[in-house]
Amino acid sequence: MKPAPFDYLAATSAEEAIAALVQHGDEAKLLAGGQSLVPMLNLRLARPAVLVDINRAAELDYLRETDGRVHIGAIRRQAAVERWARERLPLLATALKHVGHLAIRNRGTVVGSVAHADPASELPALLLCLDGDVVARGPRGDRVIPAGALYRAPLTTSVAADELVTEARFTLPRPEAGWGFAEVARRHGDFALVGAAALLWLDGGGRVAGARLAFFGVGSTPTRGTAAETALTGQTPSTERIVAAARAAAAVLQPEGDLHASARYRQDVAAVLAERTLAEAWKRCRKTP
Amino acid sequence: MTREIRLTVNGREHTARVEPRTSLADCLRDALDLTGTHVGCEHGVCGACTVLLDGEPVRSCLMLAIQAVGHGVTTVEGLAPHEGLSPLQQAFQDKHGLQCGYCTPGILLATHAFLREHPEPTHEEIREMLAGHLCRCTGYHFIVEAVEAAARAVVRPKPA
Repeated sequence: MKPAPFDYLAATSAEEAIAALVQHGDEAKLLAGGQSLVPMLNLRLARPAVLVDINRAAELDYLRETDGRVHIGAIRRQAAVERWARERLPLLATALKHVGHLAIRNRGTVVGSVAHADPASELPALLLCLDGDVVARGPRGDRVIPAGALYRAPLTTSVAADELVTEARFTLPRPEAGWGFAEVARRHGDFALVGAAALLWLDGGGRVAGARLAFFGVGSTPTRGTAAETALTGQTPSTERIVAAARAAAAVLQPEGDLHASARYRQDVAAVLAERTLAEAWKRCRKTP
Repeated sequence: MTREIRLTVNGREHTARVEPRTSLADCLRDALDLTGTHVGCEHGVCGACTVLLDGEPVRSCLMLAIQAVGHGVTTVEGLAPHEGLSPLQQAFQDKHGLQCGYCTPGILLATHAFLREHPEPTHEEIREMLAGHLCRCTGYHFIVEAVEAAARAVVRPKPA
């Protein structure tokens, strides 16, 4: 289990990395934390001719809070983001605890996971749940891709081969919003069979002013639970309404069965997790001041 | 197509010739003869190859040797004092926290870093940390006890 030979280039800036992508096209692959790419190299599922390592591009190692959003640079490690998020964005901190193990999160990056687009991974679904987007920088400059337009298929995004995702941006929920997160996996740290993240906030009258629900592990891309969001918005939350909304959101999912879980099981679990995360979010809602 | 790299391992400077594709784990074992780092699954699941990079546990099978240039690497060889065992290693011996020993170096390094962050770990925290390491022999109970004993020995040594 050794990778096929490749050329290696350590880019010291985003510009240098993009120049290498332009030069080598499809033959090149970006290396950030490497916690998904290196296993694929070792298993020879990926055989790039050139590896463009961005770990030495210090300008991409940042986390900033501006305009009600957190901007996370391409090589900021998951473990570092987790430490920040415990206070500032507990939904993200909780999701990150489920990403592999600490040794994985010490190397793995948030942006790398978002851009790798594994449908069973947590962070792409979080990007959907938190109205996030990414900045893709290429030879023609920067463009913003909202989470909803990013994911096309398993491991496939709308980022072009000559573009580098320089940052991912997550909207910080309003202070009164409640959140929920749950996943079912075989063992701690494994890829989820099914998972869900939810956000809920109420207006002064106690009615749902906004709701977000996102699933992972239930299809070829992370999926918004739009049916539940619509069903709950404007309503006074109740257990019955949450159960109905969760079922409506899960009913339209089209998960596939595999060796780990059947499609039917995934759909059933999705309904349960949607219900639990929405209920948890409701419980955590604070009164609007 | 090899390159010469300089690595700092256990506080010592080393020079090695590696290919870009050479993992840090293979470089440590084959080029530097530090065979305490074990290689299991080679895709980040088993935890046997865990080393410390600038003090933080990482999988050395998921890092290229060339990426470790400029960083400090600690392997299990760097944990023990000049003679004998470290208190952490001693706790593993005392509590029978190992049988075949294949997973042990990775667990020792992860635990070493873990106890720094969690000087008084709960049972739950210990088990969560160990979930990143596959052990096929022990059933984990003695490993959990060893980590608890190590926490007592390392963090709260008995008054002399």
